[in-house]
Amino acid sequence: MSNKRSILVIGGSAGSLTKVLQLLPYFKKEMELAIVIVFHRKDTDDTTLVDVLSKRTEWKVKEAEEKEVIRPGVIYIAPTDYHLLIEKDLTLSLDYSEKINYCRPSIDATFESAADAVGESLVGLLLSGANEDGTKGLKAIKKCGGLVVVQDPATAEVSFMPRRAIENVPVDLILQENRSEELISLLINHSREML
Amino acid sequence: MVSEIQLDDGQLEAILNDLVEVYGYDFTDYSRASIKRRIQRLISVDKPPSFAEFRFRLKTNQEYFNRFVEQITVNVTEMFRDVSFYQTLRKDILPVLSTWPLIRIWHAGCSTGEEVYSMAILLQEANLLSKSLLYATDINPSVLEKVREGIFPMNQMKQYSENYILSGGRKDFSSYYTAHYDSAKFDEQLGKRIILATHNLVSDRSFNEFQLILCRNVMIYFDKELQERALELFDDSLEALGYLALGAKETLKFSSVSLKYKQIENKERIWRKMK
Repeated sequence: MSNKRSILVIGGSAGSLTKVLQLLPYFKKEMELAIVIVFHRKDTDDTTLVDVLSKRTEWKVKEAEEKEVIRPGVIYIAPTDYHLLIEKDLTLSLDYSEKINYCRPSIDATFESAADAVGESLVGLLLSGANEDGTKGLKAIKKCGGLVVVQDPATAEVSFMPRRAIENVPVDLILQENRSEELISLLINHSREML
Repeated sequence: MVSEIQLDDGQLEAILNDLVEVYGYDFTDYSRASIKRRIQRLISVDKPPSFAEFRFRLKTNQEYFNRFVEQITVNVTEMFRDVSFYQTLRKDILPVLSTWPLIRIWHAGCSTGEEVYSMAILLQEANLLSKSLLYATDINPSVLEKVREGIFPMNQMKQYSENYILSGGRKDFSSYYTAHYDSAKFDEQLGKRIILATHNLVSDRSFNEFQLILCRNVMIYFDKELQERALELFDDSLEALGYLALGAKETLKFSSVSLKYKQIENKERIWRKMK
């Protein structure tokens, strides 16, 4: 794989926002990492979510824009009602095709394209939700050599989505409540290995 | 179960090159992630026994090529999608267009025509339809057939009716169509001013001058250079003081034509050609 840039893709549905808010303060400025988040959410005001997340991190948080280049130290949020895809040149592109798993944006769509584009330096994190979106995407990440992290279904607000993933994909880390630092060390070690 | 063929990048390029050579359809400047997904999806549905057979069939069988184009182009669209956009057309754009003796509108990448019919309804309600021409073009001939019929799925009508009302419509939306089992056939009067043609934004040129061009959620599938070329094509096809309308996440901002344009005040994705 030519793209050694580390990217963390996060997928979350019902009950996942709290978890993201909890995780955000652990991401320090010096990490060589970009984060792309896909939330299932209603087609409401996109700027509110960006504001809410910005309050919890020193990173720049923004809605992903068409053909924008992914940069480290930035958190990109998938806009509502479009699939968000990652290209090989590490730009973002939007896609208004059919819903997948009843969702647009679909976590699978982003994860699969990210796996194809970024390969082994990718880390996928799947959070709380009531949908089966994300499992196929995590499989693709695993297949291309990336790492797979899933929120512990026992403490997720809605356990279906993470449980489904754990049942179907070999997981590198189960993210437990109050153990956020484990995710951070995994990310740091992983990006070191990629150098 | 035979495991599904996973398209690799070399195979993707091979197919895209075949399409240029055999059919003159050039998808090589499309965003790769999206087109790869579409072709992979077609492979999942059609389950060809091998990549070689898939490629051979695509190269040699015109009908299968037609199916390919139908399947890989995205034809997801809605009537009155983005309510505030239609409010703006109604309140701010149509009153300006009404000052021209003949209004020419181009829906570039019209897909199955939901947007064209929405526009026809707006024009009719503003008493402008009889002096308007709506050119609806798409790369995919089979969707144009659907536009010609003016038939849309009945199960969408509740949503469209809500969109219509929210966008400022005052009538009973159902007065525009006749329900027949699971389909809604739209009033033929609306279709009379629609002119259909296949047009490929990659390879075809400007064919007329318009006062309003709509190309929404089409250019997101293009790479940057192709987006730029398409915007130049629209610029060539737009009269001075005409309008260009893009999708909710698309922008003119970084393009070379942007200096000639000014985004309208309420920040809808509509730009006016100033010179």
